[in-house]
Amino acid sequence: MQLNRDALLQAYRRMRTIREFEERLHIENRTGEIAGFTHLYAGQEAVAVGVCEHLTDKDWIASTHRGHGHCIAKGCDVGGMMKEIYGRADGLCKGKGGSMHIADLDKGMLGANAIVGGGPPIAVGAAIAAKLAGEGHVAVSFTGDGGSNQGTVLEALNMAAVLKVPKIFVFENNGYSEHTGAAYALAGQDLGRRVEGFGIPVFRADGFDFFSVYEAMRQALEIARNGGGPAAVYATCTRYFGHFEGDPQNYRAKGEVEKFREESDCLTGFRARVTEAGLIDAAALDAIDADVLAEIDTATVAAKSAAPPTAADVLTDVYISY
Amino acid sequence: MPVITLREALNEALHLEMARDPRVIVLGEDVSGGAGGTSGQRDAAGGIFGVTKGLIHKFGDGRVIDTPISESCIIGAANGAALAGLRPVAELMFADFVGVAMDQIFNQAAKFRYMFGGKARTPLVIRMSFGAGMNCAAQHSQTIYPFMTAVPGLKVVVPSNPYDAKGLLLTAIRDDDPVVFFEHKALYSRKGEVPDGDYMIPFGEAALVREGEHATIVALGRMVPFAEKALDKLNAEGITCDLIDPRTTSPLDEETILESVSNTGRLIVVDESPPRCSVASDIAAIVAQKGFRDLKAPIEIVTAPHTPVPFARELERAYVPGPAQIEAAVRKVLADG
Ligand SMILES: Cc1ncc(C[n+]2csc(CCOP(=O)(O)OP(=O)(O)O)c2C)c(N)n1
Ligand SMILES: [Mg+2]
Repeated sequence: MQLNRDALLQAYRRMRTIREFEERLHIENRTGEIAGFTHLYAGQEAVAVGVCEHLTDKDWIASTHRGHGHCIAKGCDVGGMMKEIYGRADGLCKGKGGSMHIADLDKGMLGANAIVGGGPPIAVGAAIAAKLAGEGHVAVSFTGDGGSNQGTVLEALNMAAVLKVPKIFVFENNGYSEHTGAAYALAGQDLGRRVEGFGIPVFRADGFDFFSVYEAMRQALEIARNGGGPAAVYATCTRYFGHFEGDPQNYRAKGEVEKFREESDCLTGFRARVTEAGLIDAAALDAIDADVLAEIDTATVAAKSAAPPTAADVLTDVYISY
Repeated sequence: MPVITLREALNEALHLEMARDPRVIVLGEDVSGGAGGTSGQRDAAGGIFGVTKGLIHKFGDGRVIDTPISESCIIGAANGAALAGLRPVAELMFADFVGVAMDQIFNQAAKFRYMFGGKARTPLVIRMSFGAGMNCAAQHSQTIYPFMTAVPGLKVVVPSNPYDAKGLLLTAIRDDDPVVFFEHKALYSRKGEVPDGDYMIPFGEAALVREGEHATIVALGRMVPFAEKALDKLNAEGITCDLIDPRTTSPLDEETILESVSNTGRLIVVDESPPRCSVASDIAAIVAQKGFRDLKAPIEIVTAPHTPVPFARELERAYVPGPAQIEAAVRKVLADG
């Protein structure tokens, strides 16, 4: 394990931040204050963080409709994100985009995306730019098991391989696309083999385990950053909440989520691993937990009381108004 | 007569037609739902807006087909099935996803009949939810029907109430040409009287929702109830208008609109789309061309602004045309001449 103490603490903090952010949104959603669709990432934190801990602001990521975790892992401002989700004027996208469109180009975050399969082709383009710049940067796309069935994703896989661009395809198989199981919709079941069919090396990871994802991403990057063309990380995981907030989830067996939470939770696993190995004491992790809780609380309180945009703002950020 | 929602009216039409005609199939993402799930429960969704609920239990998964997320192939497969003799009803959850399936809609489905010298029939319905009002943001809230209306070879339906929705969907499924069927997501719960049995509403026949003398309002989809609201207020002051709901934008009932304008001399067209190349600008152009001499005042169009649909409540509210703008437009054409 090549992570030092600070790096471990940072990874834990990021995962904990995503978890608190999403758990809080899950609670706040019931107040009816949050408009539109919110897709929570809780349960999958190890994937976003295991991938993004390798990246700098100059590496690009293209996210999905379930984008909060990717945004936080890539360093987007949590307060600005919360305000965006509440539709506030000083949200990260001025309240114009909302949960499904959080973007921060300065952080290399090319946007969440409400069109399933929209991201991977965009990341191919960012990878072309990274290749031309020649500074060793990469572009990463995140795609779910459901999204992997979209033609655009297959086109992106092929084109990235043909162009030999520094692109990492991260696939997160959480078992479901909306109300349909991957057991039904994913032909061949092993998505990794599908990707290998494009001649792209695939590094498989346990999406519940930060260290597993971190290692898979390290190997993928070794190829992509050194002119070897695209690579992929294939992680299996689960989502703790419904597809969107309000989803009754009657396609899932009773107790399924509870079992995952008890047996495979990425935060619990991380904590056990680093404390048992004597790398970090529990008190340091507890301190982070408390810190993060306070940060999310502050962000939520601030978002709730922040000013909404005004009608006049509808007509800004366009090149022409009719 | 039973009072049901627009969602239930559409569901009834699907049940009736699937029972009547074994060639009808339904396909799309989560039209049933639960396939491959761990609970074993099918129909876990019944369409994310509930329109296809219950179909799988009656007609089975051979005719009610849950698809992977592959819009281009959903429409392509519907095209092929139609050419091969079935009558598919494909669902795109959100009209915005037309973007992913566009080739199969406008290069393929729309053109078979003409391009193949009249030999092909493409009895296909593509259903989709559309419109703003639920803060679904820029990629889940657009109207899209202006694009579809512009394509020769497609028929385009935009119902505003449960009665029309059922009759129009039955007509759409029995039609031998591709029909794009737009369901406003904020109207799914709109209630109205709907007869139990089978009835059809012909395409290209507008509904005269209200009669009046001072102006003609043409409105579509959710803009129809908004126009009614505006009229309730104006009526109290003695201002009355014809309110025309074209119901289908292609074919378009020009006659009813032109006849009304010949009586009122004033026209307001209300469309939730951005103004350029909209159904509003299209109808305004037709009336300017064919009804010019009947007009006493310039035509007003009430539309969304030329921007993507914003997310925040305050922004979306300002974006969507509402009763207040319609009322102001009526007052303007009355003041203008
Ligand atoms: C083009 C397109 N088709 C369908 C949808 C509706 N939709 C949103 S998320 C989703 C499921 C995505 O599943 P997956 O890729 O596995 O991601 P997960 O939700 O599990 O994170 C669907 C069908 C969409 N937003 N865009
Ligand atoms: Mg999934």
